[in-house]
Amino acid sequence: MNTEVLGVIAQIVLMVVLSYPLGKYIAKVYKGEKTWSDFMKPVERVMFKLSGINPNEEMNWKQFLRALLVVNLFWFLWGMVLLVTQGVLPLNPDGNVGQTAHQAFNTCISFMVNCNLQHYSGESGLTYFTQLFVIMLFQFITAATGMAAMAGIMKALAAKTTQTIGNFWNYLVLSCTRVLLPLSLVVGFILIVQGTPMGFDGKMKVTTMEGATQYVSQGPTAAIVPIKQLGTNGGGYFGVNSSHPLENPTYFANMVECWSILIIPMAMAFAFGFYLKRKKLGYSIYGVMLFAYLVGVCINVSQEMGGNPRIDEMGIAQDNGAMEGKEIRLGSAATALWSITTTVTSNGSVNGMHDSTMPLSGMMEMLNMQINTWFGGVGVGWMNYFTFIIIAVFISGLMVGRTPEFLGHKVEAREMKIASIVALLHPFIILVGTALAAYLFVHAPAFVESEGGWLNNPGYHGLSEMLYEYTSCAANNGSGFEGLGDNTWFWNYSCGIVLILGRFVPIVGQVAIAGILAKKKFIPESAGTLQTDTVTFGVMTFAVIFIVAALSFFPVHALSTIAEHLSL
Amino acid sequence: MKNFIKSFRLTLVFCVFFSVCYILVLWIFAQFAGPNSGNAEVVELNGKVVGAANVGQSFTEDIYFWGRPSCAGEGYDAASSAGSNKGPTNEEYLAEVEARIDTFLKHHPYLSRKEVPAEMVTASGSGLDPDITPACAYVQVQRVAKARGMSEETVKAIVDKAVEKPFMGIFGTEKVNVLKLNAALEKAK
Repeated sequence: MNTEVLGVIAQIVLMVVLSYPLGKYIAKVYKGEKTWSDFMKPVERVMFKLSGINPNEEMNWKQFLRALLVVNLFWFLWGMVLLVTQGVLPLNPDGNVGQTAHQAFNTCISFMVNCNLQHYSGESGLTYFTQLFVIMLFQFITAATGMAAMAGIMKALAAKTTQTIGNFWNYLVLSCTRVLLPLSLVVGFILIVQGTPMGFDGKMKVTTMEGATQYVSQGPTAAIVPIKQLGTNGGGYFGVNSSHPLENPTYFANMVECWSILIIPMAMAFAFGFYLKRKKLGYSIYGVMLFAYLVGVCINVSQEMGGNPRIDEMGIAQDNGAMEGKEIRLGSAATALWSITTTVTSNGSVNGMHDSTMPLSGMMEMLNMQINTWFGGVGVGWMNYFTFIIIAVFISGLMVGRTPEFLGHKVEAREMKIASIVALLHPFIILVGTALAAYLFVHAPAFVESEGGWLNNPGYHGLSEMLYEYTSCAANNGSGFEGLGDNTWFWNYSCGIVLILGRFVPIVGQVAIAGILAKKKFIPESAGTLQTDTVTFGVMTFAVIFIVAALSFFPVHALSTIAEHLSL
Repeated sequence: MKNFIKSFRLTLVFCVFFSVCYILVLWIFAQFAGPNSGNAEVVELNGKVVGAANVGQSFTEDIYFWGRPSCAGEGYDAASSAGSNKGPTNEEYLAEVEARIDTFLKHHPYLSRKEVPAEMVTASGSGLDPDITPACAYVQVQRVAKARGMSEETVKAIVDKAVEKPFMGIFGTEKVNVLKLNAALEKAK
């Protein structure tokens, strides 16, 4: 069998097999049960003490959200100040300058919302100081924010009736010290051995064999890459992310990095089942997500390994698939796998250029983000799925004439309204953003010209570039069709706004739904209860997601990716 | 406001914990276990560093094996990595590929069009791809051998030795590191 396909299968098997024990472990951590990592307790105690936090203080859902939003606001200010002034701060051996206000605005929001969209190139747009004290720091703590929110929701749903959903600060710190940190260290050690740099020297100057001078950017890469992958952050150390041979030096390094993208989101789906002691429900959610993921993998792997028909027409030997924008050591299959893995989660790191993938691969990449719930970002992906469960419960309840309820709590008009707003907001901000950009592109050519012309490709593909950008922002993904010239006033601000809406409206809505449900009177299960852990309900949820999320985007895909595919 | 002060203090604590301690652990580990104590691994020829092992560099002379087309800066600029980001149906891009095929055939007149590997006429993702496929190397053997006045068998044997098998023999791709191959070629002189 083809070794590239074997590599893909091995990576998927490793993810699925290891996500089970990790899910079990995560559930224990959030429940406060005994685990092997309890030796971290004294460290955590010191951290709480220094921060003036009482981790045992119970919060209701409003207090929980207030803490979450305030800490995010603080991080925004923190990032803005450091990014603008980085030129005069220490650890800047390459003499890079501070970011402009609109660029810092975009960078800061994008990292704060766990998106890591990058309108700069890491080699020149940041210093070692901001790489560590803004970028990497945010990659840990914003991932932990998503996980903490999910922990709160799990606590709310697990109780029969409760006013409080745990302590936000406690979940935040535990997510860092017990999950993200240990995994990052292991992945970091592996990457260092594989050849990823981890030092503080400036660019390495070498004289090449042909006598030219080459400056090789390096730095503390091996510290940032693990958390960028594990926290579904995706913001690369280098401009081209994990297609860079120092960021992702070998096939084995690539396997580990790709595994790191999906392992926590997968584990979170299991963790939910264990936490609530409703394993069957956990498995059924996991099953639906895995199915959708595998469909995407099959499509992209076959598209990319099949190669570009337009290059076949030239009559040359295209034996290894469409290699434009891909690396030899990774190959087309592993790049295709990564393209799906990074878009089903809100990761957004890439190991090949998505702009150069086949039109149908591009469509799957975008659809994954437009649906934004197959595993999804750490914590938040599962929470998006939760929104759709609420909608599915409501619709199925109406269909079979039963009171819609989920986990013993009645789903009523208020929760349904919030869920609908959250579900519809996503297509709304993506499509409005794209429409606005497309309108400006056609009707205000002078403005677009003054911003550098934006697009790198003409025709259908140009529309795809703009659609991809807003999709990526709204899904807090961060990958891009990077041909788009997006470090401009228009893109930095418009994307910044989409990023904030795409992150915080869903989180607030979902925590609110869980908080409201938890306060309601518990109704014990009876013969009349709608079963939510069956295959039928899984299919039902899948159908709701497909109809609400995917079909909203069908018209725009018909004009961009599908049209391009038909023109091949 | 109370939350704001907590946020400030906790952020400082996180800074110490992650941006200092976590970094320090990895940095110390890299000093001992990294291939070049934390810096990019290098290739040496006759005691002189000729490049970073994992970072491709530009080869244009006939006496060397060539790497793939690069869109990083002026070509293989390791301070500004970049891919072409050209879409698969972009006519301008397809014309560029066509032109690269012609150039490649001009330098390798012994090849027929269907022997030109697509990898040699499409740009890599990073613009710094250090590798080519074994097929890409073998089609260049005749040119390199002629330019160096070596026998084709000798050059081919050097390529054979430079081919790296897939990970554990069964996962991923076969590849040849262009810089290491050219260094081996120089040593064989």
